[in-house]
Amino acid sequence: MSEKSKMASRQMVAQALMELAREDETIVVVTSDARGSAAITEFFESFPERAIEVGIAEQSAIGIAAGLSLCGKKSFVLGPACFYSARAFEQVKNDVAYTGANVKIIGVSGGVSYGPLGSTHHSLHDIAAFRAIPNIDVILPCDANQAYAVVKYVVNRERPAYIRIGRNPIPFVHDQPCFEIAKGYVLRNGSDVTIIACGEIVWHALKACEILSKEGIEVTLIDMPSVKPIDEEIIINSARNTGKVVTVEEHSVHGGLGEAVSAILGKNFPVPIEILGIPDEFPVTGRQEEVFSHYGLDSVGIATRVQAFLRRLTHGR
Amino acid sequence: MMEQTKILKKKAIQIRKTALQMIYNAKSGHTGGSLSCVEILVALFYGVMKMDPKNPKLPDRDRFVMSKGHSVESYYAVLADLGFFPVSDLESYCQFGSYLTGHPTTKVPGVEVNTGALGHGLAVGVGMAIAAKIDSAGYKVYVLMGDGELDEGSVWEAAQIAAHYGLDNLVGIVDRNKLQISGRTEEILRLENLEQKWTAFGWRVIHVDGHDIEKLINTFKGLPVERGKPHLVIAHTIKGRGVSFIENNKDWHHKVPNDEEFRMAMMELDEKLKELDAHE
Ligand SMILES: Cc1ncc(C[n+]2csc(CCOP(=O)(O)OP(=O)(O)O)c2C)c(N)n1
Ligand SMILES: [Mg+2]
Repeated sequence: MSEKSKMASRQMVAQALMELAREDETIVVVTSDARGSAAITEFFESFPERAIEVGIAEQSAIGIAAGLSLCGKKSFVLGPACFYSARAFEQVKNDVAYTGANVKIIGVSGGVSYGPLGSTHHSLHDIAAFRAIPNIDVILPCDANQAYAVVKYVVNRERPAYIRIGRNPIPFVHDQPCFEIAKGYVLRNGSDVTIIACGEIVWHALKACEILSKEGIEVTLIDMPSVKPIDEEIIINSARNTGKVVTVEEHSVHGGLGEAVSAILGKNFPVPIEILGIPDEFPVTGRQEEVFSHYGLDSVGIATRVQAFLRRLTHGR
Repeated sequence: MMEQTKILKKKAIQIRKTALQMIYNAKSGHTGGSLSCVEILVALFYGVMKMDPKNPKLPDRDRFVMSKGHSVESYYAVLADLGFFPVSDLESYCQFGSYLTGHPTTKVPGVEVNTGALGHGLAVGVGMAIAAKIDSAGYKVYVLMGDGELDEGSVWEAAQIAAHYGLDNLVGIVDRNKLQISGRTEEILRLENLEQKWTAFGWRVIHVDGHDIEKLINTFKGLPVERGKPHLVIAHTIKGRGVSFIENNKDWHHKVPNDEEFRMAMMELDEKLKELDAHE
């Protein structure tokens, strides 16, 4: 877990796809003038007949992937998360999820990783959008190791999936590739409060736990890559132990991990919950880390807000 | 050379310098596409469109939609130069908290619609042109698209609708630089025969040298040449135009110049300015 070695998740996703394609000739990739951003230029060179470029046409990319899958291919569509979760949404809903075509969508440069390029290029709604569709898994790996594991895992699951990764090199949270569907990973154990996070912001949550520990607050931190289906048991058990839950995500506070966790706890074991995410506005211009810090989503921001949450619970408002 | 043409040619070089400066400062931007549409922007904004930078919401203004929103640097540079907002604000481009985001937004005076996701602008332009017809207003609507952008199916839906409504107050412009991100348009997704396609969709198509300001102005001023039809101007351009090592090179789609490249690019553009002056 060192900050020095950083890697972009797309690098490991691409490597996993190359390895899979060597062994399984039904693997195909589809992209829309995004082979560079998706880091699959090498795939195009190695497997030209199984790399399908459709031009800047995300809707057709999804439709084509559905058609490929319905004819026996395992298709992976790779391109910016912002366009695949918005423009191609109906194709995902109908051609992929409703039809039940085994298509895996890898949304790259997700969340606010495009930073100052603005809201056309952000995907802060994708968890909410895809969570609301039946028959599609929603997965946000937190580092390159986990991203690699996700690709290797979902390939054997005959079911659509949406996998969101970022753009920039990020530190490793996990020493080894590890992923199972509907499984949360405990990264730290503590009895004062539970933090549940998903995606590439998990690193910031982890650093926040170190800050909080110095203040005498011990956190149970759960990495929850599989947002749907989610690990209900680990959430409920941890809430029983700590009695308070904070969620952290690079997503709107509406409809994401926080609301998924709230729904489970509301039904099974109600405890106070604080949802940390991007508020209901088009974000301020800035690089990813500037946006995080502006909205209190960097390690210091998270730690501060967890402390405020705990204070509120003990002393009232 | 006519005085006006010479002034605008110099203007085009200055806009290129400003755009490069913005990209260099921000360490972010879309170099190739910004440089390729400079003359189109200069022709429209300085020589054709009716507007008032001091009154950006003037009801009868001509509308411009930057559908290829990633070419935002030269667009902002033009708007600032015209006085829609202070030129000094350009220094904040893409910086934290700035209203000058890396794709156009309506927070910027002069910008009509938020763009950046390709394939949206033409439909919005169709709506504006229909509104003008409903109101019997005299304004025209100009929509600038990339050629790669034409891959998007939404462009063709809007094209069909524009023809159906006989929108002769609508002008589509294609920055035909023959490159998109991953390579040549004809290799990524064949577009030709573009003229035949748009003609079949009910548009009147006109070709023009997209770096010849005089011809661009005359072409736009002469529209519509056919009543009852939307017009498509295919502007033949060179991506990255103006800086030799950036020209016609796919790698410069969103590459940011390093110190040395920036210095060389600015030198080359300064040379061109000097040549124009010597050309009295
Ligand atoms: C809907 C959508 N898909 C993908 C992109 C990413 N993208 C930005 S620019 C670009 C290439 C555009 O090529 P072209 O239209 O030819 O523009 P130009 O050559 O003038 O830069 C792509 C794919 C986008 N902005 N919007
Ligand atoms: Mg182009």
